[in-house]
Amino acid sequence: MRAVDAVMECLKAEGVDVVFGLPGGANLPTYDAFVDAGIRHVLVRHEAGGGHAAQGYAKATGRVGVALGTSGPGATNLITPITDAMMDSCPTVFITGQVRTELLGTDGFQEADTIGITMPIVKHSYMVQHPLEIPRAIHEAFYLARTGRPGPVLVDIPVDLSRAEIDYEPVTDVKLPGYQPTTEGNAKQIRQAAKALAAARRPVLYVGGGVVNANASEELVQLALAGRFPVTCTLMGLGAFPAPHEQWLGMLGMHGTRTANYAMDEADLICAVGARFDDRVTGKLSEFAPRAKFIHIDIDPAEISKNVPAHIPIVGDARQILAKLVVEYRATAAEAGRLDEWWQRIEEWRERYPLRYDDSAGTEIKPQRVIQALYEATGGDAVVSTDIGQHQMWAAQYFHFHGPRRWIQSGGLGTMGFGLPAAMGAKVGRPDDTVICIAGDGSVQMNAQELATCAQEGIAVKVFIVNNGYLGMVRQWQELFWDKRYSHVDMGQWPDFVKLAEAYGCTGLRFTDKTTLVDDIRAALATDGPVVVDVRVTREENVYPMIAPGQAARDMVG
Amino acid sequence: MSVGEPGTKEPLSLEELEAVAGMRTGRKHTLSILVENKPGVLTRIAGLFARRGFNIDTLTVGPTDDDGISRITLTLDGALHPIDQVTKQLHKLVNVLKIRDLEPDDTVARELALFKVAADGTQRAEVLQAVEIFRGKVVDVTRKSLIVEITGTTDKIDAFEEMVRPFGMVEMMRTGEIAISRGRGET
Repeated sequence: MRAVDAVMECLKAEGVDVVFGLPGGANLPTYDAFVDAGIRHVLVRHEAGGGHAAQGYAKATGRVGVALGTSGPGATNLITPITDAMMDSCPTVFITGQVRTELLGTDGFQEADTIGITMPIVKHSYMVQHPLEIPRAIHEAFYLARTGRPGPVLVDIPVDLSRAEIDYEPVTDVKLPGYQPTTEGNAKQIRQAAKALAAARRPVLYVGGGVVNANASEELVQLALAGRFPVTCTLMGLGAFPAPHEQWLGMLGMHGTRTANYAMDEADLICAVGARFDDRVTGKLSEFAPRAKFIHIDIDPAEISKNVPAHIPIVGDARQILAKLVVEYRATAAEAGRLDEWWQRIEEWRERYPLRYDDSAGTEIKPQRVIQALYEATGGDAVVSTDIGQHQMWAAQYFHFHGPRRWIQSGGLGTMGFGLPAAMGAKVGRPDDTVICIAGDGSVQMNAQELATCAQEGIAVKVFIVNNGYLGMVRQWQELFWDKRYSHVDMGQWPDFVKLAEAYGCTGLRFTDKTTLVDDIRAALATDGPVVVDVRVTREENVYPMIAPGQAARDMVG
Repeated sequence: MSVGEPGTKEPLSLEELEAVAGMRTGRKHTLSILVENKPGVLTRIAGLFARRGFNIDTLTVGPTDDDGISRITLTLDGALHPIDQVTKQLHKLVNVLKIRDLEPDDTVARELALFKVAADGTQRAEVLQAVEIFRGKVVDVTRKSLIVEITGTTDKIDAFEEMVRPFGMVEMMRTGEIAISRGRGET
């Protein structure tokens, strides 16, 4: 068979039921193979949309997301999603076309050094040099993408090789001598961690996206309940621990709750699980959690002691380690009453510093209110993606996630325009769930073309644009840190999102009245097909509380 | 999922815990790295160093007795970089098979250098004397210059360089170090 038909066989063997992509000259053979392959292909309007859709699919389902592009611009348009997937450890496979081998290195039409360009942003990549290598490359790509610390893997296939006839034999084993991730976790270290948790008087569980990736939520909850430990999550970890919950402190970091940040600040032991001590979490590193010892559980040994030195490092799969840690912790028979004082302190913060904002006097909609109303209207029963900026932080603060894989984020890279295509991918992966994109009016324009994809394919995402006519987060920083000298942040009232939605074949709505907001949202959610809602909100509202960049948790403002 | 007998009740004090920080050792490190002989491996390693801000002092690449595997020997300054972070990042590259941070005392390291030294009549004897002392070899000679071949540790070559520089160094080529561990075991 042709090598591209073998690619289809490989995709099916990997359980791929959908791919996102856009054809071009260098992947014409691949697209010919799709005609008979029996794999769903979603035709996106821009490769970046396809890449983010693959991410959204992966994050919502836990399966590997697949995106395709042609050579040259097709591949370079995938750069942002690939980087995004790398930063957030998102299991994805990208298959790009390449010019035919005789043109390689000649600056041929639509030639780009895709392997070279993507080298720093992939977990691994394959430049296919012989058609017989193709099946193995595809299988290895999937294996690498989903195991260990997940990430993006790219396979670049020159068009002439993809047309070649090969004797296809299914690949049943993947052997990568240089890739053997540790999964089990050192038993002695786990026991040591249990003892440290038993000795702690002011412990905090600091949970990141690794727990979601490892499907370790249940084990995390068990550990938290076993020790009555307070839990906080990073942006990426939200949903790993069910919120609201009496042991839930809220998100930590730059726009986290005061309770979570103060608890980190005063903790004597912090157990980090699948988190990487990002600067948005630590603030000023030298003043981060100054009284704490650290247990650090991570699948990637290079994360241990990268930013903050760990006292008890445990490398391995969070799910396996947490399961063992629960057993070991119970065996210590630690006395739960030792945390009474700590919980009292936490309760004080909770009471004194709840998340709050001043609601409007009239019918004007405050942006925070949009999120609360969405939560009320859905009962939290939804998959939610966002873009990047103020609306994202308000969503993180005011929407509560009852479980994992409901919160679809571009956390590390912070990619504006991520939300809509990611929601599209999530909806394709979970067609029976309500999938909402909470978007910014700035961000949504960066991949609005995917509304056409949603309309054509009947992907019923519900997009709520928190529209303040500004690049809101940048405006906030200009207000707070640049003497309110607003520079190129005002986006005015363009475009008319209702008309735009209608032009793309979606339902367009506009909400301006807070008194009917919850009912209006319910109606929008009940509308068939993709829906875009332009929610006009207070223009100049700030996200609080906030740890200013480079400051310590103690210095939170607002 | 069992870890043997689940834990003991013997207590632990948090004060006893010591952090495992990224150590800056302050000395030169020689990393001996076995990699799969695949296109782009060197680029991946070089790219990783550039991206993470690690400086390579010397780097050599050569074949091993296995066609599919190459050896990269590189040296870097442990005063500037946490070596464990460097090796952990290297280990993440799929084509990297094995990394050894060679202990100086248990390692034989050699570098090859070629020096082109200005040496006319008056200086020639002195230069030749230095070559003799350092057990070098004169491999080319003209009326005004000599080419000297020297092998040895980096320190020895540095010393020779210092020695002959005053005579007028025209050019110097150094390979960077290769290193092998002492004793029966494989490097």
